[in-house]
Amino acid sequence: MNSPSTLTETVSSPTVDPMVDREGLALRRAAAVIAAAVPAACGGGVESPTSPSSSSTSTSTAVSAVARAPIEHLLRRAGFSGSPDEVTSFARMGYTAAVDALLNYDVVAAQAIDSSIRTPGYVGVIATREFTPNTTIGDARQRWLFRMVHSPAPLQEKMAMFWHNHFATGYNKVAGVVGASDGARLMDARPSQDPGGQLGQIELFRQKAVGSFTDLLTEVSKHPSMAIWLDGRLNTRTSPQENFGREIMELFTFGVANYVEADVYAAARVFTGWNYAITGDRTTTNYSYNFVFNSGVHETTAKTFSFPIYANGDKTIPARAATAGLQDGIDLINALATHPETAKRLARKLWTFFVSETREPSTAWVDSLAATYLSNGTQMRPVLRALFLSPEFTESQYQRYAWPVEFVVRSIKEIGYLGYSVNDSLTPLVNMGQTLYEPPDVSGWDLGTWWFSTGGMLARMNFAAALAGNQKFALRDAATASRTTPDLLITNFALARLTMKAPDTAVYDALKTYVNAGGTWTGSDTQLTNKAGGLIHLLAGSADYQFV
Amino acid sequence: MKSTRRDFIRGGVSAFTVTFAAPAFLSDLARAQGANRRNLVILYLSGGNDALSTLIPYTDSFYYSRRPTIAVPAGSVLQVGTDGSGKALGLHPRLTGLKQIWDQGHLALIQRTGYNNSSRSHFLGTDIWGTANITNTTGSGWLGRYLDQLPSPIDPLAGWATVGTVPHALIGNFVTAPSIPSPSGYAFQSPNTGTEATYSRTAMTSIASHLPTDRPQVAFVAGTAQAAMGTLDKVNSVATYTGTTTYANNGLAQALKAVAGAMVRGIGTKVFWVQTGGFDTHAGQGVNQANGTYATNMATVGDSLLSFHNDLQNQGLLGDTCVLLFSEFGRRITENGSAGTDHGAGGVMMAMGGAVQGGLYGTAASLNPDPANPTLENNGGDVRFETDFRSVYARVIDNWLGANSATLLGGDFRKSSLSFI
Repeated sequence: MNSPSTLTETVSSPTVDPMVDREGLALRRAAAVIAAAVPAACGGGVESPTSPSSSSTSTSTAVSAVARAPIEHLLRRAGFSGSPDEVTSFARMGYTAAVDALLNYDVVAAQAIDSSIRTPGYVGVIATREFTPNTTIGDARQRWLFRMVHSPAPLQEKMAMFWHNHFATGYNKVAGVVGASDGARLMDARPSQDPGGQLGQIELFRQKAVGSFTDLLTEVSKHPSMAIWLDGRLNTRTSPQENFGREIMELFTFGVANYVEADVYAAARVFTGWNYAITGDRTTTNYSYNFVFNSGVHETTAKTFSFPIYANGDKTIPARAATAGLQDGIDLINALATHPETAKRLARKLWTFFVSETREPSTAWVDSLAATYLSNGTQMRPVLRALFLSPEFTESQYQRYAWPVEFVVRSIKEIGYLGYSVNDSLTPLVNMGQTLYEPPDVSGWDLGTWWFSTGGMLARMNFAAALAGNQKFALRDAATASRTTPDLLITNFALARLTMKAPDTAVYDALKTYVNAGGTWTGSDTQLTNKAGGLIHLLAGSADYQFV
Repeated sequence: MKSTRRDFIRGGVSAFTVTFAAPAFLSDLARAQGANRRNLVILYLSGGNDALSTLIPYTDSFYYSRRPTIAVPAGSVLQVGTDGSGKALGLHPRLTGLKQIWDQGHLALIQRTGYNNSSRSHFLGTDIWGTANITNTTGSGWLGRYLDQLPSPIDPLAGWATVGTVPHALIGNFVTAPSIPSPSGYAFQSPNTGTEATYSRTAMTSIASHLPTDRPQVAFVAGTAQAAMGTLDKVNSVATYTGTTTYANNGLAQALKAVAGAMVRGIGTKVFWVQTGGFDTHAGQGVNQANGTYATNMATVGDSLLSFHNDLQNQGLLGDTCVLLFSEFGRRITENGSAGTDHGAGGVMMAMGGAVQGGLYGTAASLNPDPANPTLENNGGDVRFETDFRSVYARVIDNWLGANSATLLGGDFRKSSLSFI
C-alpha cells in the first residue's frame, strides 16, 4: 500500500473522462460551484471569518474541543454524527483507535439494538397496530432510521446506505411482483426475525458492509430482489433480457466507458437462468425466496467480451454444459469486481461519499485506494481504513452536502429525540428527495448540489422547525443555564448543541436580532421556550448545517 | 458556443450574483417578463418510451411479426392518417385524450427523433437530451442556457421544475430553476406561532441572504434557501388554483394543474418541466391489457394533456403555450421473452399548443429486420433516427422562445421541414 503521506495533491487535472457517470457529474457540479467562487472572492465582498462562537464547545465532558473536532468529523462521515457521549468515548480512544473501533464493530451488539425499539430512552416509532418492520415497508423505514440513530455500529448502517445507493433497488417494483409484505421482506427482513429466514437486500448490505466486494456483488446478483428489480428472472436463452447485464457493468462495477454494446448482449446471455424460487410452506409465513439456477433456460454457447475475463487475458467465457452454466456468471462477476477500472470507480465513489464533494480526488489518492482494494482481494475494510486515515479525509470537514437521511438523523441525534417519533420524518424525507428503499432509479440518488432544490431546502427548514417544536421544552430546559443574555443563549446553548461550523458574523447577527425580537430580553421562561427552539430551527435550517 | 466544463465552472460565479443577489427587483421584473406570456412546458417521459406503442405503424407486417404478444391490433389504434412516406399510423388506443387534441389540429407528432450513435443508457441518454450535447454531457442544460440569456436580473421563477430534483436541462451556467413539486406544500413553518413565527421567517430570510463568497458551496445552499424564501408568496398564490377542467388525482395531472395555475396567476414562468415515469418497460409491458403498465401510462398522458389543453383553452392561454414531449430513447423493435422491450434508439417527440401546426412530421421506419434496411440500426434491431432531436429544440428556440438556437445549441441544427411551430 502506498503511504498516505505521499498523497499531497488535492486537485486533479480537469481532463476528466467525458463519459462521466452520475456521481462524477454530481461531484463536478459541486466542484464547479467551488471553482466559481475564486474570481468572485477576488472581486471583494469577502466576509471576514470572525467567529463569535469560538468558545462553542460542549460543556458535557472533560475531553478538549481540539480532541473532539476530528472525532465529530469522523462520526458525521463514518456514521450519522455522534451524541456528546459518543464523541467523548471515541475521543478518549484517540483517532486511529476510533477508526479501528468503527471498522471492527461488534455484529452481535449491532443486532441487539433492535430490542431497544419502543423502549424508553430512545427515539420513538409509531405503528397503528403491531410494529412489523420485516413485512411492512413504512415500519422498515422507521426501523432503519432508528438503527441509524442508535446503532453501536454506525459505519455498518452508513455502508448499508452507501450500498443501497450503489445497488439502488426500488421497493415498489419488487412489491409489484411479490406483494407488499414479501416486498418488504425482500428489501430488509432480518433472517433471525423472519419466520422463513428471509434475508432482505439491505440486511445483506449490512452483513457484507465492509467485506469483500466480490462476495457482495455475487450475493446481490443472486438476490431475488435484484432478479425482480432488473428483470433477470425473465432472462432466458430464447429471449435474453439485457437489463441486469447492462447495469452490472454500467452502474455496479466499472462504468459506462469500459464496455461496448456487444458486451451487454453477451452479459445478458451469461446470466440466463439466474432466478429465484420459493421454498417452504406458502400456506404459512414459513417460506422464503432463494436463488436458483435454471439450467434449462441457460445459453450454453461461448460468450466473448471486449475486456479480459480471466487472469490470462482471455476474453471468452467458454461454452459449457447447461448444468455447469452457473459458472459463467461467477466468472463475469469475478472479472468485473477485480477489474482495475472498477477499483478506481469505487475509490472515486468512496471519495464522494466519505471525503469531499467540493474538490476532486488526486489521481494518486484514487490509485492508492484502488491498489489497496485489489491487493486485499476486494475487501472494503482495509480500503476504508486507508481512507479514514488519509490526510485528505482529515482536511475535508464540511465538504460534503448532507443527504436528506443524514440531515434528519444528525438533527435527531443533536437536537433531541425523547418524545419524537421517526415516523414524523418519513414525509419530510420524501419532500427532501430521499425515500429509503425507493431510489429514483437504478443509478441511485443524484447527490451533492442536486439535493438542493428550493423545494428540498424548504423541506429541510420545515423539518428543523417541526423537530425543534417537538423538542421545545427539552431545549428550554437545556438552555436554562445560558438564559442570562442573548449572546450566551446563542453561544453556550444553541451553537454548543449542534456540531457545526461557527457561523459567520452576518448569521450570528441575524440570530441575535431574532432573540431580541419581540421585547427586551429578560430570560423569562416564555422567552426561553420560544427562542431556544427558535434558534435551533434557524441553525439547523441554515446553509452551514447542510454540510457534514 | 460549445459548453465545456470550464465554461460551466466560470459561469457559476454569476449564479450567485445574478440570480440570488438581487431579490429586491423581482416583483418588477416578473411584471416586465409577464408582458410576454409565451411559455414552454416540457413533458418528459422517463425510462425510455416505446415509441412504436405510442404511434403505431399498424400496417407494417413486421410490427406484428416482431411483437407477437405486445402489438396493438390494427383495429384498435386511433388512426391519424398517413405520413409523407405513405405509411398509415395510429395512436395507442388509450390516447383518446390526445386524439381529441389531434382532431383540433393542436398536436404535432415528430417521428424517428434521436441522434447518431444513440446511447442505450438511461443516464447518459438523459444527460444528452438535457445538455443537447452528444459528446460532452458535463455542461449546462439547454433550457438553463435559455434562461441564462433572459434580461438580467432573472426572476427565480423564470423556470419551474415540478419534480423534486431540478433536471439537468434546467441547470444553466448562471441560472438554476427552482423545484416546486407541489405549490400547496411550499410554505414556511416555524416551531412557534403568531408573531414569533413571523420573527422566525424574518430571521431565516436574513440568514439565507448571507452568501459567503469564501465558501461557495455554502453560498450555493444559502442561495437555494434564499430563492425558496423569496418565492414563497408567489407560489402560494398558485396553490389555490382549481382549474376550469377536472385534473385526475395523479402526479402528472396535478403537475399540469400547477403549471396552468402559474400561467393563470401570471407568475411569469417561461419554462416548466413536468415528467412522468414508468416507461422502462423491460417486462410485462402491458400494452393491450386494461390495467397494463403501458396502457395506463398512455391513458395518464393523454387524459392529463387533454385536461390541461382544455383548461388553457377556457382560460384563453392555449395560444401562449407550447408543450414539448420526449423520452431519452425508444425501445427495441422485437419484443423480449418477458413481453417487454429493451433499450433501443429512435423515438417520437410531440408538440402541443394553440400555435402548433398539427400533423405528422418525418417518416416512419420500415420494421423489416434486414440489416440493410436504412431506417433501422443495430442490425435491424432498433429504429434509426431521421430527425436530430436538436433540430426540434432549434425550432422551439427560434420560432417559439425567440432566442437563437445556434447559440444555445452550439451549432446550427435548423431543419426547415419541421414547420410544426
